[in-house]
Amino acid sequence: MSTVEHRPLTPNGIRPEEPADAAVWDAAAQVTDPEIPVLTIADLGILRAAGATPEGGVVVITPTYSGCPAMDTITADVTAALREAGYGTARVDTVLTPSWTTDWMTEDGKRKLREYGITPPSGNAPARGGPVRVGLSVKCPRCDSLDTKELARFGSTACKALYQCQTCLEPFDYFKVL
Amino acid sequence: MSHSGGFTSQDSATKISVGDAITPEDVSASSAVASDETARYALLLGDDCLILAQRLGHWISRAPELEEDIALGNIALDLLGHARFFLTYAGSAWGKTEDDLAYFRSEEEFRSCRLVEQENGDFGRTIARQLLFSFYTHELYQRLVRSADTTLAAIADKALKEVDYHQDHAAQWLLRLGGGTDESKRRMQEGLESVWPYLEELFADVEPTPTLAEQEVAVLPSSLRDAVLTRLSSIIEESGLEVPASKGAFGADRSGRFSENRGFILAEMQVLARQHPGATW
Repeated sequence: MSTVEHRPLTPNGIRPEEPADAAVWDAAAQVTDPEIPVLTIADLGILRAAGATPEGGVVVITPTYSGCPAMDTITADVTAALREAGYGTARVDTVLTPSWTTDWMTEDGKRKLREYGITPPSGNAPARGGPVRVGLSVKCPRCDSLDTKELARFGSTACKALYQCQTCLEPFDYFKVL
Repeated sequence: MSHSGGFTSQDSATKISVGDAITPEDVSASSAVASDETARYALLLGDDCLILAQRLGHWISRAPELEEDIALGNIALDLLGHARFFLTYAGSAWGKTEDDLAYFRSEEEFRSCRLVEQENGDFGRTIARQLLFSFYTHELYQRLVRSADTTLAAIADKALKEVDYHQDHAAQWLLRLGGGTDESKRRMQEGLESVWPYLEELFADVEPTPTLAEQEVAVLPSSLRDAVLTRLSSIIEESGLEVPASKGAFGADRSGRFSENRGFILAEMQVLARQHPGATW
């Protein structure tokens, strides 16, 4: 459990109201994903909590995928961002619950992703044990056509699948629903 | 801990559960310390994932097509993530890191099952191994999410989402190869025959699991058997192939005594860490 001075941090991904905590949050929130540099960790929904301590700050993040190699870099970047913001000590905790799904990504994050040329997740993650396995159409980020097909379910990073647009024929990355 | 933030219309059914914060990655710095028995259980689960990740990594640059290189590499990476969670938690009981446990244990100290230690063989055999292991772990983690141990429950919850598409990947290939050419059918059937004897070991109630199952910390392996066999039989029949009739392979379960593969896997996986202790780059 992540705590700050015996104060538990709720990993709910919501910017804290307490000004001192919010300042730590804001310092961490500007860190970007090393593999998708247009997205901040707040946009992605992996920034879960932040709190101020007498000596510095504590930040809580969660991995997107279990084996995501970007986590180490993100941890180092958050530590550096806090130091730069004047916090003497910086601790980054990792939590697994509640586990990340693409529903944690902000609407602003989805817009940035689309502008960057990666199609954001279509629709919400399925509820556990639900009977529905059909997916929504995936829109081409270049020409907005819905006539697209999956080339490969696994892509250049764990979070992406490779698609091709049948209208403009361009291949593109799709940030798949998890 | 109660939920402190309000829900908006953007929230979905999968996003609303705010649980206690768990820190498996640097668990030694937190209060989540495993008991000796729970650690031995976590080690067993983690070893399976670690060895299979090592095996699958060998496919990179060798798969039938580029997309499969990436698919198997991605699956291996997920499994390595699961292994890191389990091994880190296990190590909290003994003051060891995930690296201590991965690189500095000998053959006799690993608890992996023989299924994951089997050689990759051809693509059919690798898919058969993936099919058995992903169907087994899916059933396992579905139950482990209700574990009385909150760390194990959190790891299972995280892993389950990924195992969900691992089993889909294996099932899709089984159907494709089973419904393909005479050659693809023959090789997929041979793959199933070669790994099937190692399925039974997954359901062996080896200590400390039965003791922990009574405390509702662990899932009793034998309780998974019917569900896994039913689902495997169903998908294999759908593919037009035959469910192998072979019995379980002889040997002491999870001891490694009868797996000649384990030593070779560890030799390759551990050589760098052992020849250059503490090496960083």
